[in-house]
Amino acid sequence: MGLLALFRRTPPSANVAKERLRIIVAQERSTRGGPDYLPLLRRELLEVIRKYVNVDPDAIQINLEREDGQEVLELSVALPEKNAAG
Amino acid sequence: MTEIIVVTSGKGGVGKTTTSASLACGLARRGKRVAVLDYDIGLRNLDLVMGCERRVVYDFVNVIQGDCTLKQALIKDKRLDTLFVLAASQTRDKDALSPEGVRRVLDELSADGFDYIICDSPAGIEKGAHLAMYYADQAIVVVNPEVSSVRDSDRILGLLSSKTARAEKGESIKEHLLLTRYSPRRVATGEMMSVADVKEILGIDVIGVIPESPDVLSASNAGTPVILNEDSDAARAYDDAVTRLLGDTVPMRFIDERKKGFLARMFGG
Repeated sequence: MGLLALFRRTPPSANVAKERLRIIVAQERSTRGGPDYLPLLRRELLEVIRKYVNVDPDAIQINLEREDGQEVLELSVALPEKNAAG
Repeated sequence: MTEIIVVTSGKGGVGKTTTSASLACGLARRGKRVAVLDYDIGLRNLDLVMGCERRVVYDFVNVIQGDCTLKQALIKDKRLDTLFVLAASQTRDKDALSPEGVRRVLDELSADGFDYIICDSPAGIEKGAHLAMYYADQAIVVVNPEVSSVRDSDRILGLLSSKTARAEKGESIKEHLLLTRYSPRRVATGEMMSVADVKEILGIDVIGVIPESPDVLSASNAGTPVILNEDSDAARAYDDAVTRLLGDTVPMRFIDERKKGFLARMFGG
């Protein structure tokens, strides 16, 4: 161990932890309570769409909402800019 | 009225059994009649932490299967005479606990006049953990200020609000966070998430913060729950959590770095 290592502090990482947790917890909460097939459905839809348009994995949002006894499956796909689509 | 409290976490090794043992002792020390139940079938450990491992004759599964009465299986604590332990079974059959069987045991404890039933949950989200939380009125989610523990706690909070008897009836469980292994020094240097960080991410109230302490290991070595160690900050922090559980408000202690004196700072003492 070099002399410098004695003075080197580990960089503060708590903020990184907090930020990562905030994102993953929000994502997991949004699918909570929904049917177990939602993540798989999302992945398969992504594969189909990618056959035609090169979208980002994060570009697909799936939400299941319950309104007055009806379930609404909401799907939103953000398409890339024209030039990127090729 | 009997209050059923589950001590749970999802992740293993965060201090569920230590917490169950200390809260049970703390409540009993204030004159409450308390039963603490080990739901970790196949991996019995509460008896060791409570220091009654050599007095286990019958266990939770024996009671459910009718091999003995509940009275025969309850182990009376040698230090506090209103405290009783029900040990987990060492059987490998995880299905030995049934929802009806657990319900019967809880009902019998209620009828017997117990004030508190503390359910020490196994880690994970399998059957044992599910049964431990199923009949609970309150939940204490034990969490370390560390990414995997916080994420697992959120998962457990989701189960508490959907897979419990109260949730199925459209009622809610009173949920509390209890942080363990908290190091104010590392929080101060930005290496560890703070109480406020964890509270903000999980969005529920904090009932206690237990500082990282060597006393916790020596307590389980000796089979004396750490809350009974009068010289320990961890014990004081657990006792504060008991106070809050009983409905009183006390300020959080041991969450700020202790101010060092001039000499200590000079010489790193």
